[in-house]
Amino acid sequence: MTAWVALLVAAGAGLGAGLRFVAALHLDRSWPHGTLMVNVVGSGVAGAAVALLDDPGGADRAAAFLVVGLAGGLTTLSGLAGQVHDLGWRRGTAYGATTLALATATCAAAYLLLG
Amino acid sequence: MRPTARRTGRRPHASADAPARETTLLAVVVVGGALGGLLRWALGEALEGRLPVAVGGVDPGLLAVNVGGAFLLGLLPGLLHRLEASGRVGRGRRAVLGALAGPGLLGGFTTLSAVALLTVGPLRDDRVVVAVAQLLGTLVAAVAAVALARRLLPVEPAP
Repeated sequence: MTAWVALLVAAGAGLGAGLRFVAALHLDRSWPHGTLMVNVVGSGVAGAAVALLDDPGGADRAAAFLVVGLAGGLTTLSGLAGQVHDLGWRRGTAYGATTLALATATCAAAYLLLG
Repeated sequence: MRPTARRTGRRPHASADAPARETTLLAVVVVGGALGGLLRWALGEALEGRLPVAVGGVDPGLLAVNVGGAFLLGLLPGLLHRLEASGRVGRGRRAVLGALAGPGLLGGFTTLSAVALLTVGPLRDDRVVVAVAQLLGTLVAAVAAVALARRLLPVEPAP
């Protein structure tokens, strides 16, 4: 049922966004440790879930909750872009590159190790 | 002074006020994030198979979501500043609106995990250049969108 999938996406994304907000509130300083952490963890969750689930496209309820919802809501690209912009050229580039490298490596490692 | 604090409706110590406010902000972020995620999913479902998938497995729908969300996030500080300056929104409500729209709606709408997932295929096939171009292209476009939005709607309007 599409309604179930929609509900699970919303629940996962709400939970992910809440966790991201708490992490950012308590851990983000001039260097956004909290946002960096949730972006990396969320990308790892997505990689692991896609490796373990049969139909990761989103029709599957577990995928709707974990991949589209939780991992999608836990990670943010708009927040990342805003922080990169505000940190300026040098620190912003370092922060952006660190996030992309760690998030992709974690996602790929989780997928390849579990898949 | 307590009477003054009572008159303005503010508690005398910010620390006593902090837990309740954090819970309020967290609640609106959860609601906004759920809506944002739902919107991202619905858009993906609607666009499924209707957009051309360019070379290297770039997902144009995902790119549009992320760059569009970053642009809107860039507009947010200027927008909230104008709302508060016009007297329609107080400082407290500005914080709630900012949390609802920023980390909530737009944070849940945009996503890094889906971009990371897109790079797994190219990485596995040793097409590292494709993976790196995909990642950097998304982030550079999103940061440019933030910069453009901040210019269009600066926090301090030109006199």
